[in-house]
Amino acid sequence: MKADPRGVLAGVHFLDGDQACAEGALAAGCRFAAGYPITPSTEIVERFAQRVPLLGGMFLQMEDELAASIAIQGAVWAGAKAFTVTSGPGFSLMMEHIGYAAMTETPCVIVDVQRGGPSTGLPTLPAQGDMQQARWGSHGDYEIIALAPNSPQECFDLTIEAFNLAEQYRTPVLVMMDEIVGHMTERVVIPPADQIEIVPRRYTTKPPADYRPFAPEADLVPAMARAGQGYRFHITGLTHDERGYPTTNVAAHDRLVRRLVAKIRNDATRLTRVEEHFLEDAEVIVLAYGITSRVALRAVQMARARGIAAGLLRPILIWPFPEARLRQLASRAGLSGILVAEINLGQIVREVERCVGGRVPVRLAGHAGGSVHHPQELFETIVEMAQAVEIER
Amino acid sequence: MSTEVYLPPNPVEALLRTDRMPHIWCPGCGIGTTMNCFARALQQARLDLDKVVIVSGIGCSGRVAGYANLDSFHTTHGRAIPFATGLKLANPELTVVVYSGDGDLIAIGGNHFIHAARRNVDLKVICVNNFIYGMTGGQVGPTTPATALTSTTPYGCPEQPFNLPYLAESAGAVYVARWTAYHVRQITHSMVEMFRKRGFCFLEILSPCPTLYQRRNRLGDGLEAMKYYKEASVTRHGAPTKEVAISFQGPILVGKFVDIERPTYLELLNQQLARTLEAQYTGCIEDHVRS
Ligand SMILES: Cc1ncc(C[n+]2csc(CCOP(=O)(O)OP(=O)(O)O)c2C)c(N)n1
Ligand code: SF4
Repeated sequence: MKADPRGVLAGVHFLDGDQACAEGALAAGCRFAAGYPITPSTEIVERFAQRVPLLGGMFLQMEDELAASIAIQGAVWAGAKAFTVTSGPGFSLMMEHIGYAAMTETPCVIVDVQRGGPSTGLPTLPAQGDMQQARWGSHGDYEIIALAPNSPQECFDLTIEAFNLAEQYRTPVLVMMDEIVGHMTERVVIPPADQIEIVPRRYTTKPPADYRPFAPEADLVPAMARAGQGYRFHITGLTHDERGYPTTNVAAHDRLVRRLVAKIRNDATRLTRVEEHFLEDAEVIVLAYGITSRVALRAVQMARARGIAAGLLRPILIWPFPEARLRQLASRAGLSGILVAEINLGQIVREVERCVGGRVPVRLAGHAGGSVHHPQELFETIVEMAQAVEIER
Repeated sequence: MSTEVYLPPNPVEALLRTDRMPHIWCPGCGIGTTMNCFARALQQARLDLDKVVIVSGIGCSGRVAGYANLDSFHTTHGRAIPFATGLKLANPELTVVVYSGDGDLIAIGGNHFIHAARRNVDLKVICVNNFIYGMTGGQVGPTTPATALTSTTPYGCPEQPFNLPYLAESAGAVYVARWTAYHVRQITHSMVEMFRKRGFCFLEILSPCPTLYQRRNRLGDGLEAMKYYKEASVTRHGAPTKEVAISFQGPILVGKFVDIERPTYLELLNQQLARTLEAQYTGCIEDHVRS
């Protein structure tokens, strides 16, 4: 299905990432947002609140993030596409409802414009400290999909992608921005509506008598109904059977939770979205995502200029992690190490270590937040890693 | 020889998920009684039941959603109201009922309660007040009368409870009533009135929890609670809500306290947008929000 042209501000614009994200949501067909103000994410809903009434939708400023993150789910079950946006402290408050959306298979989008933490931390400055929280923040077992844009253009593109993946997998999808990407202004090209692919909601075609709300289709995702259509369905965050009825049966629980995980995990390779630079002959691979990937690319280019075979791997879709691709790269002859650069003290690096399984040295270039790395600093680490191998040889 | 006993179908059966019976509630619990009233009220109000949605939080009372043969949502603890807000605003043709316990709606969900009342979101909020946290085993709640024993106030509750009708009215509710599980006809009548009214409506129903509240306070069984409700209740429609606070085993003022008109959130939003945007405004949410 193509995007509704009324929501698509086609043309070439000069937007910051927050504004581009709002435009992405509108282009994706989202007409309902609820939120609670928090720096540096607020500009997203400010723009949405300005634009969406003209398209017949609404923004609702709720009393807190708990309310915002569940109000959007009410709207989804009424038939809307909906999202909420926040930053660190608010993201923490939303965790219970990310779990509720995962358990009830409610398609929705949550944007986290990351800032320095823990706690109130650095409200106006960047970090990438919520990456593992994005993966594991709600209690219990579930899989999540998360995207990490590195430019205003991607804030637009990946917000649309987030809505599409949410519908396809009936899951909450997280857009993990950061303060710099949110506030930097760049050229953003918004294509015409007929070039924007939209995944419509997977509504059941069965009559109410035959409909089982949680009976999965071939790809493990069940078809939805919406309130007010005579299906008389029941939705609960309790463990439930295919009818949606609560159960404490251990086998039914096992079936449900395994399916919730498998519907995404089984598709991890299909979901892989990475950007690669100079990896063909790379001896040192720098893995970086979001804003850090842009600094890292500069460092890689500096290394190349010095004759060091460095390359960049940028996960664009960060959860599920691009495990297969990384394994492939790590098992290549001639690779001397992987450098993970991120604005935290070691989050995605754990995932890299797990995937690599000790085959090559993995090093962290951590940063506690507040700014980006300096390219020089990453460049020096690349040089060190390359030299270490030279010496060994 | 066997005799066949003919039992006429219970008139509310169509409104229950009979395939989920037996329910989880204890003998003598008042929640089922309130649900019976709810089913009768739905029938009396002659609503299109496909357009009625029930939303609960977590708790014994929160299980009502699961037994109602309607589109039904059992949400998270305290968050039924904001969920219902999103649901109602994204599809205003739905009648949205919030049915939950006092702890759920007023303790963990208290902030949402006052803000939805303030905005006058068109929700029918039914609060089963058993003075205690039932589901988790009888802990103190925001409605527990001072001095009452609970599992976490084993020496008596030192706190002053909320007077729920007063809270609801102060926050902006357009309809406020209180009954006890003894007043089944009146409960049903109030529910019908709420279904017919637009705006944030609030009904408090005092309901026995024999297993935890009555027993710990040596107040007898469910029947004893009904006797207390019968004897202690005084109907005073229009009573100033400030005066309807409840004390431990004290008198209970019941009735319809508030019934006023005030534009709903959606009406105000549409008015405001139409006024500001004039011709650019093509109508809100109704027509466009659903994909
Ligand atoms: C976030 C969260 N905190 C705590 C609980 C545990 N919990 C479940 S029900 C409940 C209290 C219910 O009391 P009330 O709303 O009065 O309903 P009742 O069971 O008395 O009908 C609590 C604290 C929970 N489910 N979720
Ligand atoms: S514990 Fe109390 S409120 Fe819960 S079902 Fe039993 S009697 Fe009812």
